[in-house]
Amino acid sequence: MNNFEYKQATDAIDATDAVAASEDAMFIAGGTNLVDLWKYNLVHPKLLVDINHLHNHKHITELENGGLRLGALVTNADTAYHPLVEERYPLLSKAILAGASPQIRNMATNGGNLLQRTRCYYFYDPDVPCNKREPGSGCPAMEGYNRIHAILGASDQCIAVFPSDMCVALAALGAVVNVSGNNGERSIPFTDFHRLPGDAPDIDNHLHHGDLITSIDLPVRGFAQNYSYLKLRDRHSYAFALVSVATALELDGGIIRDARLALGGVAHKPWRMHEAESVLIGRTADEATFAAAAEVILADAKGFKYNNFKIELARRAIIRNGMMALNPETQLPGAQPSA
Amino acid sequence: MTTIVLNVNQRRYSLQVLPWVSLLDALRERLKLTGTKKGCDHGQCGACTVLCDGKRILSCLTLAVMKDGSDVTTIEGIASGDDLHPLQQAFIEHDAFQCGYCTPGQICSAVGMLNEGKARTREDVKELMSGNLCRCGANTGIINAIMEVKEGGGLE
Ligand SMILES: Cc1cc2nc3c(=O)[nH]c(=O)nc-3n(C[C@H](O)[C@H](O)[C@H](O)COP(=O)(O)OP(=O)(O)OC[C@H]3O[C@@H](n4cnc5c(N)ncnc54)[C@H](O)[C@@H]3O)c2cc1C
Ligand code: FES
Ligand code: FES
Repeated sequence: MNNFEYKQATDAIDATDAVAASEDAMFIAGGTNLVDLWKYNLVHPKLLVDINHLHNHKHITELENGGLRLGALVTNADTAYHPLVEERYPLLSKAILAGASPQIRNMATNGGNLLQRTRCYYFYDPDVPCNKREPGSGCPAMEGYNRIHAILGASDQCIAVFPSDMCVALAALGAVVNVSGNNGERSIPFTDFHRLPGDAPDIDNHLHHGDLITSIDLPVRGFAQNYSYLKLRDRHSYAFALVSVATALELDGGIIRDARLALGGVAHKPWRMHEAESVLIGRTADEATFAAAAEVILADAKGFKYNNFKIELARRAIIRNGMMALNPETQLPGAQPSA
Repeated sequence: MTTIVLNVNQRRYSLQVLPWVSLLDALRERLKLTGTKKGCDHGQCGACTVLCDGKRILSCLTLAVMKDGSDVTTIEGIASGDDLHPLQQAFIEHDAFQCGYCTPGQICSAVGMLNEGKARTREDVKELMSGNLCRCGANTGIINAIMEVKEGGGLE
């Protein structure tokens, strides 16, 4: 049996102490990923520590430097619809609202979203090998049905992708993750939070056992004038991205003064590349410019039998989303392609 | 075993549950409120949607112990006595179901969506109801029913 005990933590120290004390203890927040994985017999906690009552981490507050702090236990829905997020960081709002369903977003928390596991079918099937689930057992996705898999940053051990939408916007915006652990507190820049599979695909990120995400900080600049999130998937809504793109621009006349570009659904982490952003800066915001950035970000892309199409799809999505960022108000619900 | 209190449809229930019992199983198996349906049990269909402290959530991915003290509304608590809720009436009028299995989740989800107040257009309603699948394909009727109640001034 896959049974566990349950405890409600009263504050961050109580929570981290309880989880750090046992290898088999886990935090539970919204439960939308953890309970699902538990039902599939993929996680085997002996103790679940409920962090939903950590009241210090259930708020969205303005920072002195002009940025915004998102509490780790605020739900994805409350974050997306928060007036300050909608006004200053609409890219983040759009990305969150493109993910999962309203019911799930009412449950899912900001901290949990960063730690959701891959949706690789082989990872979910305990009857087949998987290096992420059982290191050293093999990766059937390489030769198998790899439609949803990585085109960037994969290793010969694992080609799984990280499925979050919210995190693509957080990477583009340059967020910082605040963590509280046994060794005190630390802050991790968003693009350093998740890791590539390399030869340890079982490890998704740079947290240690017992580390609690307490909040996520957004920097001052939110690119609220010109931004767009585009999510392409196998059905219209309520499905994970095959490819998604977050684009944020600062324009002066028709010239790009600053740019952010991140991809989702294509790698083991949200994919942001400064070289591709540099290509955009100083140029006219048009299709040719976005195509040039796509060229750079996808230069090392490598497809497999069933996901080769993602390379061309990503290229076109980058161009389309760049143009969509020029008219954010035309964006359709669910981050669908618009004019 | 943990003793929890759930206020379901404005009735107070005290029950003992093991930590891994989902809110869905607690409602169906323990409280015999079988209106809430188990479709996938994995968060993928919306059949198990209930309102918890006023918000629509998936009861299959919720542990009952985590909702100690909460107010839960299920499909059994949507009508006022013998008077159907406007959404229930609209679902009948618009043929918004065939087998009916997804219906309790659809209606609870629609109540939650109208309370949230974020949907302006029909496209918004479709997007914000996309967490509820209908295998019979009654979606057009479902969206028509919800639009009628929404345009007619919403709830009660
Ligand atoms: C059917 C379905 C469709 C979905 N579609 C999408 C989609 O299209 N796009 C998308 O982005 N997401 C999607 N999701 C995933 C969803 O967004 C995540 O499950 C959710 O964000 C996880 O948050 P949670 O609070 O529920 O985490 P939990 O399930 O509670 O926890 C997840 C993990 O994080 C750990 N954890 C949680 N909080 C903390 C913390 N503060 N500090 C340290 N560790 C913590 C837990 O121990 C656990 O390991 C979907 C989920 C489902 C079920
Ligand atoms: S039974 Fe809960 S979403 Fe399907
Ligand atoms: S009416 Fe049969 S599933 Fe919707």
